[in-house]
Amino acid sequence: MSNLPPPLDLLPFLLEGLWITVIITLGGCAVAIGMSVLFGVWSKSTDPILRWLSAIYITVFRGASALILLYWFYFAMPELTNIRLDAITTGILVLGANVGAYGAEVVRASLEAIPKGQYQAAAALNLSRWQTMRYVIFPQAILSMIPPFGNLMIELLKGTALVSTITVADLTLQGKFLRDDTHRSFEIFGLLLVIYFLLSMTITGVFRLLEHRHSQGRDYGGGN
Amino acid sequence: MWKWDVVWQVMPDILNGLVVTLEAVAGGMVLALLLGLLWAVMRRSKSHYISWPAWGVVEFVRSTPLLVQLFFVYYVMIDIVGRGFSPLMTGILVLGVHYSCYTAEVYRAGLDGIARGQWNAAKALNLTPYQTYRYVILPQAIPPILPNLGNYLIAMLKEAPLLSTITVLEILNEAKIFGNEHYRYLEPLTIVGVLFILLSLLAGLSVEWLRKRTAAMTS
Repeated sequence: MSNLPPPLDLLPFLLEGLWITVIITLGGCAVAIGMSVLFGVWSKSTDPILRWLSAIYITVFRGASALILLYWFYFAMPELTNIRLDAITTGILVLGANVGAYGAEVVRASLEAIPKGQYQAAAALNLSRWQTMRYVIFPQAILSMIPPFGNLMIELLKGTALVSTITVADLTLQGKFLRDDTHRSFEIFGLLLVIYFLLSMTITGVFRLLEHRHSQGRDYGGGN
Repeated sequence: MWKWDVVWQVMPDILNGLVVTLEAVAGGMVLALLLGLLWAVMRRSKSHYISWPAWGVVEFVRSTPLLVQLFFVYYVMIDIVGRGFSPLMTGILVLGVHYSCYTAEVYRAGLDGIARGQWNAAKALNLTPYQTYRYVILPQAIPPILPNLGNYLIAMLKEAPLLSTITVLEILNEAKIFGNEHYRYLEPLTIVGVLFILLSLLAGLSVEWLRKRTAAMTS
């Protein structure tokens, strides 16, 4: 290993997994936001089929627990369909869909918080449904979505540790390998906790910044 | 393809595992409810030596993965302390401490919702801090936050399958072991998934019922 003082001599090996943890967090984040917006908007749709699809998605991907979903898509799905995704892709899709199910509820709640008058004003201006969402509703709803999404992204980051159980050599699995070799459990898992904590703080910082940006020039008068 | 005889074969194992999962959640729940209250009360202390450690623990634990926390406690016990708790006890302890940091925030919101006059009145009656919490503050603070506490207990239920990683023979581990022995994962994992969806639906309905009841009680 390296000639850093303990426990920092363990860092180079641990950090080899950092890259994969970051990739899965970013990929999962993209999937989660896509799913949240899609199913969140569908849950408010006038079409009962879309509403049902959204209810089923939310129930299944929230209810079945992230680790069980991960195992199901990695071990069970190939037996049913002959489609085998590699572990990293499975991790990104499953964790993204799991967090997205919580996100869809956030999007739905934010859409419901927009006053009815805004929809009526858009109708009066003869905007299409797409235009109403794109130019009137979403720009207003997005501000109330940012803080809960920040929390969800931290949940996602913490969830990425689960991919270690389907053999992805992320931060956590590197730690587990190192522990099996050296038995320096306290230092290894202590360092991992600190690294994850710093990553969480980074996400918190980014979302604070986003919130600040999006609230520029807005009037918090209350009222309607 | 789906085979029903595999379903009947694996069902007893899975039900045994379900009992262990529910034991772990019940144990973790008691710990999370008590310890969370302790953090919340500590954070309200005027002394920084009491309030800052509570704040630090809550922030740190909430920002790091439960899986790594499980590994930390489990392997430190093995490698440094020698054999310590059983895997199930380790799991209950870590689940309880992890979720106590979420329930602490819920309690905090409840305590913040109590009008200042209530604290002042307790002081005027010369109640000790213990008496103030026990007879004045908690009876008012806890009922309205029960549904929120319930939501974190559902979250704990959903994370309980992680205990399979430290060899606890809970529901997911039973399914995995069966899968490894019979080269058949489809039925065991699907049953576990469906059972979990049903359980969390049921738990969600109970919390909704609780929310309506407490809303009726406090209005």
